Amino acid sequence: MNVSFKIWRGDANGGVFRDYATECTEGMVVLDAVHDIQRTQAPDLACRWNCKAGKCGSCSAEVNGMPKLMCMTRLSELPLDKPVTIEPMKAFPVIKDLTTDVSWNFRVKKKVKPFKPRAPDAPDGTWRMWQEDIDRVQEFRKCIECFLCQDVCHVLRDHQMHDQFIGPRFLIHVAALEMHPLDTEDRIEELRNTQGIGYCNITKCCTKVCPESIQITDNGIIPLKERVVDDFYDPLGWFWRLLKKLLNR
Amino acid sequence: MGGVRVDPDTQMTRLTGLFAAGECAAGINGANRLGGNSLSDLLVFGKRAGEFAAKFARENSQGDISKDQVDVIARQALEPFDRNDGENPYEIQKDLQELMQDNVGIVRTETEMQDALKQLRQLNERANRAGVIGHREYNPGWQTALDLTNLLIVSEAIALTALEREESRGAQFREDYPDKDERFAKVNTIASKAADGSMQIRLEPLPEMPEYLKQVIEENR
Repeated sequence: MNVSFKIWRGDANGGVFRDYATECTEGMVVLDAVHDIQRTQAPDLACRWNCKAGKCGSCSAEVNGMPKLMCMTRLSELPLDKPVTIEPMKAFPVIKDLTTDVSWNFRVKKKVKPFKPRAPDAPDGTWRMWQEDIDRVQEFRKCIECFLCQDVCHVLRDHQMHDQFIGPRFLIHVAALEMHPLDTEDRIEELRNTQGIGYCNITKCCTKVCPESIQITDNGIIPLKERVVDDFYDPLGWFWRLLKKLLNR
Repeated sequence: MGGVRVDPDTQMTRLTGLFAAGECAAGINGANRLGGNSLSDLLVFGKRAGEFAAKFARENSQGDISKDQVDVIARQALEPFDRNDGENPYEIQKDLQELMQDNVGIVRTETEMQDALKQLRQLNERANRAGVIGHREYNPGWQTALDLTNLLIVSEAIALTALEREESRGAQFREDYPDKDERFAKVNTIASKAADGSMQIRLEPLPEMPEYLKQVIEENR
């Protein structure tokens, strides 16, 4: 059937929705339609993509207003009696058409303290871990860095607090490191002070849009919030921290 | 299954300072790559290529770049913008895909591949007349127009080398030569650029396996 689309065309200076239509067959995803339109009507339509299998995290966009991977959004899931709208992610600056500059994310990632394993457990330089500890962080490692969670998060999207809040993606990154059974680093202080974990008010929009179904809020952010509370707001925890500081002096 | 010829240790190609690793390079998988092997290929040889490239960069200063050559390449790259009424590069790419799928696909015959070579020449001419719209920033149509040159070279190399190898072995399945042939058991098929710019195909004996590798294989038997 013939399906109509409204695709945002423009750059940092602004843009408009343009109308396109293309023939859609069974099994097609939004990215297929964008490629068809590129091929037949708009060869200069910019769109970032790579694997077409939901694993590279490149083709993030907003389809009918919802943050989606275009390669994993089947047209059959969408109402086709009206035009399908496709626009770039709003939380990041537009480069051109559907492509945005997501480099802020890479800069944020560099600021997170890296993995710092304890000394090996065995003389041959290897460690021993419990499977259940591994399973817990494994979920966070499914992240493909599509940044849809960053896009939907109102702290970044609506309030543009990119300089005070690292966003769900990097809270998950911190969680993966903090909960790693071998890690010895402490990232709790900056979570509270510079990475803005307090700005998250658990609306769970990030969890809802995650194409890897990571339970971002429940399994990542809330446990981190609990650690911050334990360290900074529990009187015993506060005292312990003070003691540790004094002892380290 | 082949790729860009590289030095087995450093992964350097015959173009000094250019390194290649992974599925585009070498022929590590022999006649057929089994599923999953490409990952270990790219991990091992990606690491080696990176290390040797870093070493090469440390030990060598930047070579001279011919400004004239750069100008020529830049001018050629921008030519599609001058052809506003030129053919859509996506159409040419699609026709190329279909041609290679139909004529140089899984089951191959001489007649089909000879026909493909003829059609590749026509596609080359069409590629030279491809035109793009818009500007240089993030323009997939332009990228496709630039890709065509390389796609056509690789397509020609695939067809010519598959023609040369008159046998079926691994992933190469020739309907007109359904059996393995001893003549091709211990040779690589090599495509290279001749002085006149044309593509030349030759057979070269496989390099002798070094002693230490033979030993490793023996130990794991």
